[in-house]
Amino acid sequence: MANLGVDIAGVHFNNPIIAASGTIGFGHEYSEFYPLSVLGGISCKGTTLKERPGNPPPRIAETPMGMLNAVGLQNPGVEHFIKNDLEWLKQQNTVIIANVAGSTQEDYCKMAEILSDTDIDMIELNISCPNVKEGGVQFGTSCESVGTITKAVRKYCQKPLIIKLSPNVADIAEIAKAAESEGADAVSLINTLTGMRIDIHTRKPIIKNITGGMSGPAVFPVAVRMVYQVKNAVSIPVIGMGGISTWEDAVEMMMAGADAIQIGTVLFHDPYAPIKIADGLNQYLDNHHMTSVTELTKSVIV
Amino acid sequence: MKYDAQDCILVSKKQLTSTVYDFRLKNQHLAEITKPGQFVQVLVPGKTLRRPISVCDVEDDIIRIVFEVRGDGTRIMSEMNVNDKVNIIAPLGRGFDIDKEKKTIFIGGGIGVPPMLYSARQAGKNAVVINGFRNKDAVILSEDFEKYVSRLIITTDDGSCGIHGFVTQPLEDEIHTAEMICACGPLPMLKNIAKMAKEHGVPCYVSLEQRMACGIGACLGCAVAVKRSDNETFFQHVCKDGPVFNAEEVDW
Repeated sequence: MANLGVDIAGVHFNNPIIAASGTIGFGHEYSEFYPLSVLGGISCKGTTLKERPGNPPPRIAETPMGMLNAVGLQNPGVEHFIKNDLEWLKQQNTVIIANVAGSTQEDYCKMAEILSDTDIDMIELNISCPNVKEGGVQFGTSCESVGTITKAVRKYCQKPLIIKLSPNVADIAEIAKAAESEGADAVSLINTLTGMRIDIHTRKPIIKNITGGMSGPAVFPVAVRMVYQVKNAVSIPVIGMGGISTWEDAVEMMMAGADAIQIGTVLFHDPYAPIKIADGLNQYLDNHHMTSVTELTKSVIV
Repeated sequence: MKYDAQDCILVSKKQLTSTVYDFRLKNQHLAEITKPGQFVQVLVPGKTLRRPISVCDVEDDIIRIVFEVRGDGTRIMSEMNVNDKVNIIAPLGRGFDIDKEKKTIFIGGGIGVPPMLYSARQAGKNAVVINGFRNKDAVILSEDFEKYVSRLIITTDDGSCGIHGFVTQPLEDEIHTAEMICACGPLPMLKNIAKMAKEHGVPCYVSLEQRMACGIGACLGCAVAVKRSDNETFFQHVCKDGPVFNAEEVDW
C-alpha cells in the first residue's frame, strides 16, 4: 500500500481527501455513515461571527451533472461552533479546518483571532461565497481586495491560513499570487460558479435567491484548468476541488497540480465516496509503482 | 451507525395513473425500522441528487413508495424494472407520532396521499381519511385505505369522484370530534387545514416538502421557515427536523 499522507502548510493529513465546506456541516451527520477518520480533513460549514439564518427556500436546484445552491451561510455562529462542535470534532482523528466568512474585513480578522485561540488545525478564508449580499465574494474578485484581506487577516491568524478562491474572476492565477504574496499558506479552489435556473412553467427562478453556486461533475473541467493555472503561478500548496466524484477525478485533479483535494457534492448521491476514492487512489498508486500520493501532484505532462 | 445506503430489490412496479408509480422495494432491515411519515432518498443513475420520496407503506420486508413523475429524475425512476437494484438511504426524517387511541383525521392532497396510508393504518378504526384529488383519473390508493381504516372520504376539484370541492369541506364536519390531524399535500391546502385546526384547538401535524440535497441535515438545503418561541422566524430543515412539523410552528 502506498502512502496517502500529505502535508499542507505544516499540517499532516492521513490522506489527501478533505470534505468541502458547506456539504458536510460540522461532521455530525456523516459520522453516522462512517468514522470521520476516513477523511484526511473536514472543512467545516462556513461560519460567521454571529448566527446567520441563511436564505429563504428554495435553496437548491439540480442542473445537468450538477446542482445550484444558495444556502446563504446559515450557521450558528463561531462561539456556538467552539462550544458545541469543536471538542467532539477533535476526537474524530481528522484535520479540522474552520471555514470563515464575514460581511466586513473586521469580521474576518476577529474570526481569525478567536479561532487562533482554539484547537482547530487550519483556517480557510471564504472570500468566495456567491450567495450572500454582503461580504463573501466581494472580497475575492480582485487582486487588490484579495491582497488586502489576506494581509489584514494574516496579522490576527496564528493558524495556517488557506484562502478559498472564487472561479468567478478574469484571472484566478493572479488572484492566487496576490494571496500568496500577502501571506497565505495555501489556496483552495474552486468555490462554486454562479449560475441560475428558471422554472419555465412559472417563469420564476427556481432558487429564491435568483442565483446560486454551481457545483458537481459539470464544473470539474473548469476546476482542473484553474488548479493547473494556479499551481503554475504559486509555490504554496494548492487544494483542488470542483466536481470530483471518483478516484479517477482525484488522480486527475492532483496531476493538474493539487496537493490535496476537497470533495462535496458527490456526497449527496454517494455518502461513501471518500472511502471509494481513497481505495481507488491506493490501487492506482500500487499499479503504477508509486510509493506516495504526493508523486501525483503536478505530474501532468504538457 | 445510524445511516446507511443500501440496495433494495424492486419486487413489484405498478403504474397507478398517467404519472404516478407504485414501487415495492424489498429490504428487510430497512423495512423493520421505517416509521410512518418518514422518507427514503432514492439513487437515480446519472443524477447528481437523490430523490426524496415519502414512504407509502411498509409490508413485512417491503417498503412501498408511490411517486409522481415530475421531472427528469422521477422519469428515470419510473423506467426502473422489476428485479432491478434500487439504492436508498432510509429511513430518514421525523415522521408522524400517532396515538391509535385518538380519533385522528388523515388528509392527503394529490401526491401527498401516499404517506398517509402507513400513517392512517396505525390509527386503524380511529382513523378518518380525507383524500383530495384534481379529478377521478388522479384518484389513487382508495382500495388500500379501505382495507385499513373505518372511513375514507374522497374529494375532487371537479366533482368527478366523491365530494365536489376541497378536502377542507368534509373536514368542517369531522373536525369537531377530531383529537388530532395529520396532513400532506400542496402548501395552500396545508395552510388552510392548519388554520382550521388552530380555530378548533386540534393538534395538527403537516408533512412538508422542499428541494433537497443531502437528506440528513448536513447541507442545510431544504429549509423551511419555523417560528421560535419568541416569535422570531428561523430555518429548520425538512430532511432532519421534518418532514413532519407541528403546524403551529410553521411560518406559513
